[in-house]
Amino acid sequence: MAKLKHLATLVRSKNAKPFLMTIDIMFRDEATYRRVKESGVLTVDLFAQLYRTRPENILFIAYDQGYSFKVTLPRPVPQGDVGDRDMHAGQQHSPLLELEIPVDAWRLT
Amino acid sequence: MAKEIVALAPTEIVGAGFSLESFERGLQANPDFIGCDAGSSDAGPFDLGSGETTSHDLRSIRRDLRVMLLAARARGIPLLIGSCGYAGGDPHIERYRRIVEEIAREENLHFRLAVIHAEQDKRSLLGKLREGRIKPLNPWGFTGESFGELSAATLERCERIVGCMGSEPYIEALDRGAEVILAGRSTDTSIFAALPLREGLSPGPVWHAAKILECAAAAVEKHGQPDCLMVRIGEEHFVVEPPSPALRCTPLSVLSHMLYENPSPFHLYEPSGMLDTSAARYVAVGDRAVKVTGSRFVPAERYTVKLEGAEKVGFRAIFIGGIRDSLLLGQLEEWMEEALRTFRAKVRSAYGDAVSPEDYQVVLRTYGKDGVMGPLEPVTGLVPHEVGLIGEVVARDQELANSICYQLRYTFQHLHYGGFEGLVTAIAYPFAPLTIPVGPVYRFVLNHVVEPEDPLELFPMEIVEV
Repeated sequence: MAKLKHLATLVRSKNAKPFLMTIDIMFRDEATYRRVKESGVLTVDLFAQLYRTRPENILFIAYDQGYSFKVTLPRPVPQGDVGDRDMHAGQQHSPLLELEIPVDAWRLT
Repeated sequence: MAKEIVALAPTEIVGAGFSLESFERGLQANPDFIGCDAGSSDAGPFDLGSGETTSHDLRSIRRDLRVMLLAARARGIPLLIGSCGYAGGDPHIERYRRIVEEIAREENLHFRLAVIHAEQDKRSLLGKLREGRIKPLNPWGFTGESFGELSAATLERCERIVGCMGSEPYIEALDRGAEVILAGRSTDTSIFAALPLREGLSPGPVWHAAKILECAAAAVEKHGQPDCLMVRIGEEHFVVEPPSPALRCTPLSVLSHMLYENPSPFHLYEPSGMLDTSAARYVAVGDRAVKVTGSRFVPAERYTVKLEGAEKVGFRAIFIGGIRDSLLLGQLEEWMEEALRTFRAKVRSAYGDAVSPEDYQVVLRTYGKDGVMGPLEPVTGLVPHEVGLIGEVVARDQELANSICYQLRYTFQHLHYGGFEGLVTAIAYPFAPLTIPVGPVYRFVLNHVVEPEDPLELFPMEIVEV
């Protein structure tokens, strides 16, 4: 197993205008990207569960050409509204860093 | 020879700064124009609601504008600045106009200036709402409160509304001979798409190049400090290259920039249509440049302008403090719940019927525990060795917010906790005053587009000789 933060070249989150946030998970090379994709760990249901929203509110795109995954979802609180904790939504990717990806299995292939 | 337009973006946002050396190198490529974004909604609703420019510093803005203005005038090329003053409303653009006029006086510059307004008249928008011409902006079909139909009441409550202009008002200003354009709220890309579109270049490469340019050197491989980016746009392609020899663009760094702050890596919605990069190809040119082909632009059936609006929620007061006592940290949640109960009882007793629980909101953030993620924090059950506490009260006026925040703060400060007897002081404050008045609080309320009569309708323009 390897943590996502040790496989990706960049995991980040950011506002996509005041009512949405978007998460980018990027890899240096196609092989790592493919292996993470094929591990099946990153799914709509996982993101819905982590961010406590309905699966219908998760836009999940595997961007093969960019060796990256893109996840967009409504912000938990609209940007800057009372109770917002992250004006740029810049730290909301953090729980993803610790995700365990089954890495040993693909080392053998 | 095939037509080519060279565009130079000095920095990602006016005020962020850039290297003068890089800028000079960019100028040596003989750009046809200089463009720079000056605003966003990214720093929150305060600037839009208040009319102030707090998100970027005015002294730094003046420095950047001076360098750009001097270079553009020396070379006789247009300077296009969009989303002036951060929120791009009338007070924001006026602030930029004063700075630019001062620089012109100091440097003895003369030019034709276009000021394009983006602030919207509420009554006219109410008319558009009645005509069914304001619609939710939700191409992805999300559900929730933020994605519903607009009500007249919400529109009425807005402190200020701006429309995000497309490239057409810029093109109109250029047609009228503007040499410097100060525009209100704009889509980031419109600033850079206007001149190449006016020159008749194909919209696919133009809008894609504009998206890459809008954050300047953000599209380089290893983003460090804000710096310049240059794009050469041809008939069916564009080439992107950072002027600084220390930076490089790679196919991956350029295509990745489509991801930034954008819900989709393939589609970018503009007032006049949608940029589609799903068939784009990125090829390295030399070591530091990237050539992009295959970008498409799909014209929209209806022209739409995105609206941004902020309403005033109330006034905020806060206190900031730390907790280090391990006995207290071991029972933090229960202690905070008890503190809140005690506080609410004290508010009832202090104000009686004059203040009801609906008149104020309290938010507590415990940094070191779940300050950033709140209820989404997956790490639970650990006892931190130290916690930072920010107590926040939002109420209808500043005096009431200060007063209630005092009650909240004082309750926390001395509330007894299990394990010790006698008077305790539970909060370590770094600052006096202990209760900090923060000022008005706004929130974004519009997530909608309006269908105007034509692309210029919502954006009146002044042309003046400076």
